[in-house]
Amino acid sequence: MRNVPSLELVDRVAAGDIGAIARMITRAESGQEECRPALAEIYRRTGRAHIVGITGVPGSGKSTLMGKLTATIRTTGRKVAVVAIDPSSPFSGGAILGDRIRMNELAGDKGIFIRSMATRGSLGGLARATLDAVDVLDAAGFDLILIETVGVGQDEVDIVQAAHTTIVVSAPGLGDDIQAIKAGILEIADIHVVSKCDRPDSNKTIVDLKGMMTLGLNFSGNSNWRVPVIATSALKLEGIAELVEAIGQHRKALESSDELDARRKRIAERRMLKTAEEILRDEFEKHRDGKVSALVSQMLAHKTNPYSAAQDLLAEIRMEK
Amino acid sequence: MSKNSGIIRILIAKVGLDGHDRGVKVVARALRDAGMDVIYTGLHRTPEEVVRAAIQEDVDIIGVSILSGAHMTVFPRILELLKESEAEDIIVTGGGVIPDDEVDDLKKLGVKEVMLQDTPPQNIIDSMQRLVTERGPR
Repeated sequence: MRNVPSLELVDRVAAGDIGAIARMITRAESGQEECRPALAEIYRRTGRAHIVGITGVPGSGKSTLMGKLTATIRTTGRKVAVVAIDPSSPFSGGAILGDRIRMNELAGDKGIFIRSMATRGSLGGLARATLDAVDVLDAAGFDLILIETVGVGQDEVDIVQAAHTTIVVSAPGLGDDIQAIKAGILEIADIHVVSKCDRPDSNKTIVDLKGMMTLGLNFSGNSNWRVPVIATSALKLEGIAELVEAIGQHRKALESSDELDARRKRIAERRMLKTAEEILRDEFEKHRDGKVSALVSQMLAHKTNPYSAAQDLLAEIRMEK
Repeated sequence: MSKNSGIIRILIAKVGLDGHDRGVKVVARALRDAGMDVIYTGLHRTPEEVVRAAIQEDVDIIGVSILSGAHMTVFPRILELLKESEAEDIIVTGGGVIPDDEVDDLKKLGVKEVMLQDTPPQNIIDSMQRLVTERGPR
């Protein structure tokens, strides 16, 4: 499959052709103009899949859980795609993408598609083209699309602006009841998972999280949904079926209120803003030696200021369109 | 960071009953430090798993590390599966402990580069970049 135009890939993507899906994601990742009309056509065909985000600190067991979760969902016959994100090196730009290792048992199943992505300088836990890849998989007919973020710290919460359902994975032994009431990542969960529950100290983590839930704060902003805390063990295969059940129930709760539409709107808004930022960054690079350089000289000479210079640059870009 | 079209994607795999992964980790790290996206499959994979992963990940190159002596079985199978899947534009390379005359045999079969145990990391990086340049855009 050499040099097939992106637009010709669209129908093959919709027919579920694995090679075409994979190549389309590569094109989206490359960010080249050539694939824009194809991605536009693909976007038109999306909207059916349930998009589920899984996030948590590095080493919390996201990939392993993802492997077991995907296998369990497959027993219901639904097609599952996984987009697993790992960090790029800030120094070389390269990346080791190792999430597949934890999902090897899934390799033989045609109803499963796994794609690894590197962040390539993007912050917030997702890669720049993550949602384009999700569109491709949605248009290809996958029922569930799971996004695994990079291992995050306390504050990388982009996933809420990308997924319909967000799962936060916590591992036993990290932090206490005070950690559990802090702002940030724990607030974004629609479902909490405490992984590695074959470990003796896992009960404390479960109790801390449940304690946080009873402080009367309904974080997920969805009044007919109570955020569950699910204990899982990938080793003993415990809690996985319960988690699949919770994901389905959350989807039902979203659909039976206006929350699904609200979240879709939130995702669309965020994507437009993010894309606008990317376009501006690209334009900035294009103008670096011209208008940008001229305006910088003026700023250094105190003939203009950052705000006016930015307005001038935006005017210049708009004039060219 | 803006356009990313130039980033090489490579799948590094260990196939069959071969538990020696120190070398493959050194290679993976060197390729990462050269700015490539490196997908590592882990140990004990089958040729079928490797090819399926390579297609889903749409990699430019597959690199199989093999120190078990099974290279004359594993490489032909991988090449055959790629052909069946119409994914022959994925470049196959290998490395490990392989006798010199069988290096020639592998190259005749379609393995584009074989890197033996004394190959400096920089040569591996250079080979990968050269192979992708020779193939051209896709």
